[in-house]
Amino acid sequence: MSVYLLRRLIQALGVVLAMSVIVFIGVFAIGDPVEILISPDADQMERERAIAALGLDLPLWQQYAIFLGKAVQGDLGRSFVFNEPALQLILQRMPATLELAFAATFGAILIGLPLGLYAGLKPNSVGSKAIMAGSILGFSLPTFWVGLMLIMVFAVQLGWLPSTGRGETVEILGTRWSFLTADGLSHLLMPALNLALFKISLVIRLTRAGVRETMLMDYVKFARAKGLSPFRVTFVHVFKNILIPVVTVTGLEFGSTIAFSVVTESIFAWPGMGKLIIDSINVLDRPVIVAYLMIVVMMFITINLVVDLMYSVLDPRVRLESK
Amino acid sequence: MAEPSPHSAPPTLEVRNLQTHFFTRAGVVRAVDDVSFTIGRGKVLGLVGESGSGKTVTGFSIMGLVDPPGRIVGGSILFQGRDLAKLSEEEMRHLRGNRIAMIFQDPMMTLNPVLRIDTQMIETVQAHEKVSEEEARGRARDALGMVGIPSPDERLKSYPHQFSGGMRQRVAIAIALLHRPDLIVADEPTTALDVTIQGQILAEVQKLCATTGTAMLWITHDLSVVAGLADDIAVMYAGRVVEFGDVGEVLDAPLHPYTHGLIGSVPSRNKRGEPLRQIPGMTPSLLKLPEGCSFRARCPRAQEDCLVMPALHDWLPGRLARCHHPHLDEVATA
Amino acid sequence: MSAVVGQGTPVVKDPGAKDKVETPFRRFASEFMESRLALGGLVVISIIILLAILAPFISPQDPYDLAVLDIMDGRMEPGSLSGDGSITYWLGTDDQGRDMLSGILYGLRISLTVGAGSAFIACMVGASLGLAAAYAGGRTDSIIMRIVDLQLSFPSILVALMILAFLGKSITNVVIAIVVVEWAYYARTVRGTALVERRREYIEAAECLALPRYRILFRHLLPNCLPPLIVIGTMQVARAIALEATLSFLGLGVPITEPSLGLLIANGYEYMLSGKYWISFYPGIALLVTIVAINLVGDQLRDVLNPRLQK
Repeated sequence: MSVYLLRRLIQALGVVLAMSVIVFIGVFAIGDPVEILISPDADQMERERAIAALGLDLPLWQQYAIFLGKAVQGDLGRSFVFNEPALQLILQRMPATLELAFAATFGAILIGLPLGLYAGLKPNSVGSKAIMAGSILGFSLPTFWVGLMLIMVFAVQLGWLPSTGRGETVEILGTRWSFLTADGLSHLLMPALNLALFKISLVIRLTRAGVRETMLMDYVKFARAKGLSPFRVTFVHVFKNILIPVVTVTGLEFGSTIAFSVVTESIFAWPGMGKLIIDSINVLDRPVIVAYLMIVVMMFITINLVVDLMYSVLDPRVRLESK
Repeated sequence: MAEPSPHSAPPTLEVRNLQTHFFTRAGVVRAVDDVSFTIGRGKVLGLVGESGSGKTVTGFSIMGLVDPPGRIVGGSILFQGRDLAKLSEEEMRHLRGNRIAMIFQDPMMTLNPVLRIDTQMIETVQAHEKVSEEEARGRARDALGMVGIPSPDERLKSYPHQFSGGMRQRVAIAIALLHRPDLIVADEPTTALDVTIQGQILAEVQKLCATTGTAMLWITHDLSVVAGLADDIAVMYAGRVVEFGDVGEVLDAPLHPYTHGLIGSVPSRNKRGEPLRQIPGMTPSLLKLPEGCSFRARCPRAQEDCLVMPALHDWLPGRLARCHHPHLDEVATA
Repeated sequence: MSAVVGQGTPVVKDPGAKDKVETPFRRFASEFMESRLALGGLVVISIIILLAILAPFISPQDPYDLAVLDIMDGRMEPGSLSGDGSITYWLGTDDQGRDMLSGILYGLRISLTVGAGSAFIACMVGASLGLAAAYAGGRTDSIIMRIVDLQLSFPSILVALMILAFLGKSITNVVIAIVVVEWAYYARTVRGTALVERRREYIEAAECLALPRYRILFRHLLPNCLPPLIVIGTMQVARAIALEATLSFLGLGVPITEPSLGLLIANGYEYMLSGKYWISFYPGIALLVTIVAINLVGDQLRDVLNPRLQK
């Protein structure tokens, strides 16, 4: 087990390193950073001084070494726009994004699981067909358009929910959270639903497939042969078996939820790091872009690692397969 | 259609002309198409046939566990005089696991892997009787003891994967016995087990049936198991019972050519050195059964009149066969 | 082409086609038609493509010609008449006085071109690399597949954002981003199929004949990998269109002067809050119908072309 853990850790570290190279080359080597970093009015002297100060006259590998050395110390540069450390900027906005992503994941399970269960138990009913058609829509509808439609219906036409912002927040442990106030919750509802849409479809499909597969198992037939009520067969025997894969996949999807929150945050003006990255790309605030990419990549790799490890604890076969 | 021979006491189970079909996209699969047999109180009936002959579907039909696209389309299943085919799902549920229990083929698959043994046993008790959890646990413990599981108290707290295959099958049998059922449908319960374990379990089951008066439908393809365990035998071929009778009589002098071939193809000590006989050809597809007797194409005795499906006829007292040309000659010499 | 598509399709009796000669293509077509939804999707896609091609001839207005746009006609409701009375804006106008119907027709052109074009390039790149991986095996295979696995573990939007962050925003870069996002799917699919196919005897036969390697790859192996490639390709076109729309919506895609559907929707966003829904709504519907129609066709293609699903 510990060997496996060590190997996975080294692998993860390798991926982080590879990503740092890609991000570094991508952001600093493609295109001309001088153009962006130095004011166009600067004369030749100023330019050269700035180039030297930024280390842009050094060979690329040295620049990368400097970048990496600083990155390890948590220094990913200062934002041109905010004139603040880029890392700090991202970390400030991270709780908002995390809150949104958690709410979406939670909502996806809360909505997707019962619907998928129904569709799996009664695959030929009209309701199930509607659910499955809905899940196809959930997969194919562009998130941003659904977000707009939500705003149009619930904020503009019906006026039930606020369209933008986080609303009233409560501060806990130095960060602000929306879900603890009624107003914050009403602000959270639509963005979370919007972000959850894809995941709801995913959970529905997973649950349905799991139910249909589990229903064919001998132990379910045996449970029925014991004369158990359909309720108990479904909610104890079937449900417990599908819960593990559904929760695992949803957990694994958490990283992509964070990535896709870029779109949702832009629509609902949710002040998270997704909105920050879009703004930063628009004004080419490279240090912030680098910081964002590195942090999201790290989060991704951590999530994958954790889920992998959890799986190998739950299922010994996984360990054997990975040699 | 032949009427099964009348018994003095009402039999525990009497299946008459049962038909269970599966309505698939490719066509109607007549998995069970005219099956009749009776099992008396405390008796064991061996239901024998090749895989795909409809044995298991017969078992599930009795349990009321045929899933769509399958459905019982004809005949009756009289359990202590009540027709199970006419009961509602809810009425059937109260009989299942209570008066009629089932044991499945693969013990590795029948217990739910994520639930502890005690959960799976206590829920069975409580599904049919309003008893406290403590009392249910006591019943579960007794049942485990009855099937020869040592230290049942500890075992109750385990998960299925902590048991061996034989132990799991004992647990499954213990679950079946929880309510002292009148009928147990056992679908090849020993096929997946080692021979020694199989022997132990057979002995236990036989003892239990004798002491509790439970009737048993023992589904198997293993004639030697039937020979040692069953009182009566019903042989199935392509969804139909082709022969029914006392197990000793049938095995000594089978009437139906299929049974004849089946017994001939079993290797045995007293036939050592002789070449094994085999039945030529293959089991027909249940989707497209040939006209007339479905064994016709493989039968050495087939003639023109076999193009008409023969009925299950009692050629001798208590001996039924679905054949126009049964091996009556051999009965005389036997 | 028809013979290739027919590979792996089963013999299914079609009572309606008894007297006709049953070619693989006909069999494929009749099976495809079994789903009315898919057939409907196909019809809708055809209409959309036709509309996009004919846009310059059927649009009431050239939405890119700033000279004909009258700012006075801005944000007019659907059905209103233009200021000079020359056209009726059936779907309203946007903030610059652009006729939404014309905007959508032209937007479809851009969305479809970018979507189908980048999906096609991704297909070429991915299929070639997948084929190479399967055929070469060994180190080539493991390197290519490592990259594929790594990339597929990141969500498409993140990869696309990364590319656009590196290259800056432009329509070309959106295409590049989509290609980078999508090639891995093709590569994985083609490699999987090709690994199975290359063990078949016809490849051995071709190798025995000492045919040139490129010929074996592209004339023998590739055509037999086509069915799954077609399925993936269809789905990926829809994904490409959605991704382009998303990126354009985020302001990272097409220029504001030649809006695709995504940008049209983005333009209408701020007006939606004041109840002027049509600027975002109708382009959204056009986008939605396109994507759903493609997915319906793709779904059915998968069912028909997947030999594993056939019984």
